[in-house]
Amino acid sequence: MPKKKPAKHSGEDDITIPVSPQTGSSIDTWWWLTHKGTTTSFLCISLFALLIRSAVTMYPYSGAGIPPKFGDFEAQRHWMEITTNLPVIDWYRNGTYNDLTYWGLDYPPLTAYQSYIHGIFLRFFNPESVALLSSRGHESYLGKLLMRWTVLSSDAFIFFPAALFFVLVYHRNRTRGGKSEVAWHIAMILLNPCLILIDHGHFQYNCISLGLTVGAIAAVLCESEVLTCVLFSLALSHKQMSAYFAPAFFSHLLGKCLRRKSPILSVIKLGIAVIVTFVIFWWPYVHSLDDFLMVLSRLAPFERGIYEDYVANFWCTTSILIKWKNLFTTQSLKSISLAATILASLPSMVQQILSPSNEGFLYGLLNSSMAFYLFSFQVHEKSILMPFLSATLLALKLPDHFSHLTYYALFSMFPLLCRDKLLIPYLTLSFLFTVIYHSPGNHHAIQKTDVSFFSFKNFPGYVFLLRTHFFISVVLHVLYLTIKPPQKYPFLFEALIMILCFSYFIMFAFYTNYTQWTLSSHFGSSDKEKKQI
Amino acid sequence: MDHREKSDRRLLLWFFAVATAVKLLLIPSSRSTDFEVHRNWLAITNSLPLTKWYFDETSQWTLDYPPFFAYFERFLSIFARLVDPRIVDLQSGLDYNAESVIYFQRISVIVSDLCLLYGVYRLTRKLEPLKRNLICALVIWSPGLLIVDHIHFQYNGFLLGWLLLSISFLQEGRDLLGGFLFAVLLCFKHLFAVTAPVYFVYLLRHYCWSGLVTGFRRLVTIGAVVVAVFAAAYGPFIYHGQIQQVISRMFPFGRGLCHAYWAPNFWVFYIILDKGLAVLLRKLGYEIQIPSASFTGGLVGDSSPFAVLPQITPLTTFAMVLLAISPCLIKAWKKPHSGLVARWVAYAYTCGFLFGWHVHEKASLHFTIPLAIVAVQSLEDAKHYFLVSIVSCYSLYPLLYEPQEYPIKVLLLLLHSVVMWLGFAAQYTDYKAQKKETSEIKSKFRIGCFEKSYLMGLIIVEIVSQFLHPYFLGDKLPFLPLMLISTYCTVGIMYSWIWQLRKILT
Repeated sequence: MPKKKPAKHSGEDDITIPVSPQTGSSIDTWWWLTHKGTTTSFLCISLFALLIRSAVTMYPYSGAGIPPKFGDFEAQRHWMEITTNLPVIDWYRNGTYNDLTYWGLDYPPLTAYQSYIHGIFLRFFNPESVALLSSRGHESYLGKLLMRWTVLSSDAFIFFPAALFFVLVYHRNRTRGGKSEVAWHIAMILLNPCLILIDHGHFQYNCISLGLTVGAIAAVLCESEVLTCVLFSLALSHKQMSAYFAPAFFSHLLGKCLRRKSPILSVIKLGIAVIVTFVIFWWPYVHSLDDFLMVLSRLAPFERGIYEDYVANFWCTTSILIKWKNLFTTQSLKSISLAATILASLPSMVQQILSPSNEGFLYGLLNSSMAFYLFSFQVHEKSILMPFLSATLLALKLPDHFSHLTYYALFSMFPLLCRDKLLIPYLTLSFLFTVIYHSPGNHHAIQKTDVSFFSFKNFPGYVFLLRTHFFISVVLHVLYLTIKPPQKYPFLFEALIMILCFSYFIMFAFYTNYTQWTLSSHFGSSDKEKKQI
Repeated sequence: MDHREKSDRRLLLWFFAVATAVKLLLIPSSRSTDFEVHRNWLAITNSLPLTKWYFDETSQWTLDYPPFFAYFERFLSIFARLVDPRIVDLQSGLDYNAESVIYFQRISVIVSDLCLLYGVYRLTRKLEPLKRNLICALVIWSPGLLIVDHIHFQYNGFLLGWLLLSISFLQEGRDLLGGFLFAVLLCFKHLFAVTAPVYFVYLLRHYCWSGLVTGFRRLVTIGAVVVAVFAAAYGPFIYHGQIQQVISRMFPFGRGLCHAYWAPNFWVFYIILDKGLAVLLRKLGYEIQIPSASFTGGLVGDSSPFAVLPQITPLTTFAMVLLAISPCLIKAWKKPHSGLVARWVAYAYTCGFLFGWHVHEKASLHFTIPLAIVAVQSLEDAKHYFLVSIVSCYSLYPLLYEPQEYPIKVLLLLLHSVVMWLGFAAQYTDYKAQKKETSEIKSKFRIGCFEKSYLMGLIIVEIVSQFLHPYFLGDKLPFLPLMLISTYCTVGIMYSWIWQLRKILT
């Protein structure tokens, strides 16, 4: 430490620099931003996250300027048009004013209510953007802007409070010295590049269902199980994709109930909470079996194939060698994929039933959603948002894998984002994520895992494997942007990207399942783990 | 020591990297006419010989910056031509707004901000970590710079980088180099000349005033350096007999006292007072001539028509600026301390902003950026900076009138306020209270009631001008919100000026 030169100034000048006394603990790099506590750090990072989101909204959205059907933006706008102009019973019914072949509602009722509320907002400020029939393809400057602001406000009012709830519960036993890590974790959750690109770039409202899911997760951590059931039921009522997490919630809650004096009573109580929540939100459609089935049929689009576009999951990747669609009927594929999904999520479920713990639950969410992404029916590339959200919640537990997963999750959506003309936000958010992930002064506690076959760090050629993966991905980025694929194989690059991402995802899934099971090695010490968290 | 220095640089780069990510995301935001101005200058300097640069009138956006900036544009145009030749075509390039020109120009501003980064690095490399972090956050993450450079479109980061570099050398006692860099800056943009009297007095007293022989030799040396810089810039134009044309382009005094958007300076009060008196006297029966050009019409007048109060000429404003600066010059003459240079420079620019001719609100960057350096020196400076940086950033809001930028500008200011508050609170922690082991760390950094009320007033002004006015008055009196913002912000800037003056005199 070099000596500082004494400041040359006369006594008359008022340039006294207050010397802060040396405290016992060393001041970490980010103390100046985090010293006020978690909530203030969260506020600061929230403002920055909203700023990033606002900037991304200036880029094009899915289907911009592409008639006749446009894209997801038009779908959402159309739902606002339908819900604000038709009675609730007709929202899912094909009719004169509701042609279901033109972006018919295929999400659960909470999405319909959300569309209704946002539709009222749009109608107040820009009536022509939701006028019945005549507003199709509406893309005025103000209309687009108002739509973007509904996503921003949904994120700010639902996802952000849920994330704060989670952070406060998850880190409630942190010592003061860990504030930088908490702030880093907040940044990882709020600056999730996948969510930003899909919601504020492409245009969707995943922040609502994911926010409700995060709220439910936080409720689990603070042992408010009824609240958990209510919030997760809401998440399921907003997007059926939230079912990716259902096995984890079910097995964790069941495992805890089985450990109580009256397990049957506990299960019944939670069951009632679920049923009541669903009845309330599905109320207009529970009066008639036909109406109920009508909505249900809209939520399960089984007439479509087992996968859509080029998604980095098992069915799509293996279809290069095995033509599933030719070997089996769609009906059979439904059963096969369901069985595969259950089998893939079973190890995680069993672990949580036998040995429920908060950390195990978080891993369970990750393993369950990854199992659904890899094996379930009709998966979209955007579905990677589900396992990726779980990974952000576990970012402090698996820092190295988290950064790799982020990279490949983004890469798996690269073709989609290029089609949406979101290349600059894609590159910039990847860069920003990397910069914040590698914030100076943050030394994440690297988890010391037992030496084992599945411990990647001891796997022969682990580093070589990762670097090879990375190199290939960079080459594919460049190829995709600069070269047209051969005419015989027009989707060659999409296929290669898919294979690369899938190979990483499958390795990741094995690792996290193994990690979750290592938590069980402390049988009977779940209480100790609970206190530590 | 080597390890610490390395981590310091890494942290500085981190700040810059985060800011760069934000700048890249802002590329598709709404651009001002300055965007086309700079595109046209690329075309002029690339397509025409030097002898025609200051004469070309193919576009209305004629070249009116000093020669070094023209050379800078010439340098950029080499790359622009490679990206898309039409960018630098004098005829077909007019109002060209393809993606190629947008991305090229946006990225050129982002890259030129490296100059700002280097300036901040030199200024902060010897400071303690907390102060360094604060200055990095305040300058590199400045919301004013993001708004004016990366949304509106200008190269202020690049230019202010030279200023910070100059100040850093002066603070180190390397006066010759500091003076040289300031001369270079003047040849990039002449509007930075407002603080030239401060530089002159300080360098004369601090660098030259030491013995007869040594002093005279140094005077000759620094004079030679300055002359050399100006010769390098203006020499070719003197040689071609065009210096008169260049000067007339650089100093268009035909423009009015105020810009279309009133900068929140002294003249706002003057105009309003004149209007008030005119109305009052007319009601009292006096016959008052109504000027043909009106300030409230929002037009850039060719004169400064006042109904009651005396007319204002460029010479008047020049005298007032010099008068306002004079206490600072006297101080610099008496006690030329290198540690006070940043404060004096900021004060001079504040005077230029308040009393200058045809001031743009963007010029507030000239004093808010140097004031960030001063802000970490004392608790009072921190409180002062908190208020003035919020006010000056808010006064830039009218520049971004498109709805799509509205959330961005609000969030930028809020984020800046929170970071400032956290940073200053951390720097001025009340350790006496901490010894009692209170759960929350208390801080001496508290905003007074008066200042707090004023800042709350900004929110009211914003609500009135953005929401209530359109709701109740519709399209009537469109200039009223701008007037309200300018007037209210002027109070804050005047307060800052008085505060700075008092600080300098003590």
